[in-house]
Amino acid sequence: MPVQQICTVVSMEQLDANTWWMVLEVGKLVFERGLCGGQFLHIKCGDGQLLRRPISVARTQWDEPEDTAALIFEVRGEGTKWLSQRKVGDKLDVLGPLGNGFNVSDGSRYLLVGGGIGVPPLIEYGESPKWSKVAVLGFRTRDKAFPAVTSRFEENCEQTYICTDDGTLGRHGFVDGQVRDIFVKDKNFTGILACGPKPMLKSIAKIAAEFGVPCQVSMEERMGCGVGACLVCAIPMKDGTMKHVCKDGPVFNAEEVDWDA
Amino acid sequence: MPDKKTPRPETEGIIGGATTSIALFQDRYVDMSVDLAGVILKNPVVVASGTFGFGREYGQFFDLSELGAVCCKGLTLYPREGNPAPRIAETPMGILNSVGLQNPGVDAFIEHELPFLRQYDVKIIANISGNTPEEYGIMCEKLSEAGVDMIEVNISCPNVKAGGLAYGTRPDLAAEVTREAKRHASVPVMVKLSPNVTDIAEIARAAADGGADALSLINTLRGMRIDVNTRRPILKMNTGGLSGPAVLPVAVRMVWEAATAVKLPILGMGGVSKGEDAAQLMLAGASAVAVGTALFNDPYAPLKVRDGLAQLAVRQGLGAVRDLTGGIRPW
Repeated sequence: MPVQQICTVVSMEQLDANTWWMVLEVGKLVFERGLCGGQFLHIKCGDGQLLRRPISVARTQWDEPEDTAALIFEVRGEGTKWLSQRKVGDKLDVLGPLGNGFNVSDGSRYLLVGGGIGVPPLIEYGESPKWSKVAVLGFRTRDKAFPAVTSRFEENCEQTYICTDDGTLGRHGFVDGQVRDIFVKDKNFTGILACGPKPMLKSIAKIAAEFGVPCQVSMEERMGCGVGACLVCAIPMKDGTMKHVCKDGPVFNAEEVDWDA
Repeated sequence: MPDKKTPRPETEGIIGGATTSIALFQDRYVDMSVDLAGVILKNPVVVASGTFGFGREYGQFFDLSELGAVCCKGLTLYPREGNPAPRIAETPMGILNSVGLQNPGVDAFIEHELPFLRQYDVKIIANISGNTPEEYGIMCEKLSEAGVDMIEVNISCPNVKAGGLAYGTRPDLAAEVTREAKRHASVPVMVKLSPNVTDIAEIARAAADGGADALSLINTLRGMRIDVNTRRPILKMNTGGLSGPAVLPVAVRMVWEAATAVKLPILGMGGVSKGEDAAQLMLAGASAVAVGTALFNDPYAPLKVRDGLAQLAVRQGLGAVRDLTGGIRPW
């Protein structure tokens, strides 16, 4: 159940010109309310912005005196620009935990597939010792593959494959090519956990269906209330209904999503 | 029910007035109850249709019994999935939306949502939209029988092609829909007016002639926002309805004009985010006020509006908040 929580910024690290790694003290949201990676916090970004900004949680930690949550976000507009200007010690008005993270079970084996700013919400799943995992991480170019992020996967996954659109690091091309190559040799996975731009998710969903591997995707849509009341963040489902990123998602089963809508 | 561990912001100095109609501020009592067409609300704060779902989500943050009334998400006779996304765009001090009346239909509301709301000591206002006057009639009958406290007839949704806005902009159609709703409803009928008209008084009179028990206004103002780089509108439907603080002055003006034109009680809304905003609408002629878009910024906004109103009433030496209604002193 979500609550309003006043959170303190405990660290703020700039990864590049417009990407930030922010750590917040979040009260007991992790211990008492199960806040986890893949969920999001709805953050009030100053008095000038009417709408809060939904920011995905990269990783969480039980801690004293307060639990912490790491958020990795890009400056996309006025709200995230305001957020990027916060300093250590500043207080933020936050609603959370919101949304559902990936549905995972201990002892499983997952293929984690992330694209761009869709990589951070997978960090907690990439770090967890509770399951084995292989990671495929795609970036536009080498400079966007922050070692602070990719090392978390490289240190904890059986194997971490990096792909770049321009070939400046790792495999030249999109993540779907790498995923296909993995499945051709080894499709012994409990499931795929994917987060990234919609065309990437659509492509991964298609490959997953082809190889018969269950696939969960974390999706994005412009959001209002963040709690499921205003119904703006709608994603069309195959059965003709609408589901909402904030309340039903952001993680959906790939086969229930209408990818052609 | 909200869980007890949830920290809930308190308004400084306010005692009581949460789930009762009497608030205490600086040792002065103020009666917060208001009468909206015979429906007694324990306080004048209502949550606006379409911003609050059926109460389940914000009910996680506070006890719904703290509100005067809940105006439910707009219902249609049959389920609707609404418009394609993006359905929202932020604008200066406002938002545009084009949800398009996504709802489970009136029958599912009665079966699954109404029992949930009935657990609370709060008045329930059902909001309905129809494609034809007959559909309004059928829904009024079903909802009256199901026991809602009031029906808000939406003749002004800017986001659906059929019915909707057309009924709200033509006096003859507004009167016809109102008459049909009244004929089938056994609870008070409130007609929700569109601000997208030249003369709000004319539509207000038409609704009154049709037998409306109350009016609510304003619905959203049609607007548009364009991404200058892609040259595409942000909303997939191109245009949408504007709400939020940006529309408050328009709402105050229109409530005043409607209140001057007809004798009906008015539920005022449009950009309310604090007690003073609500007081403006009441002075202009509203008996109660609805809070909507402000919720997205602050889930506790309706309670802050309510407490702010109580403080303002006490500061002005009023024994009852309803004494604000129509108290404007125009030049």
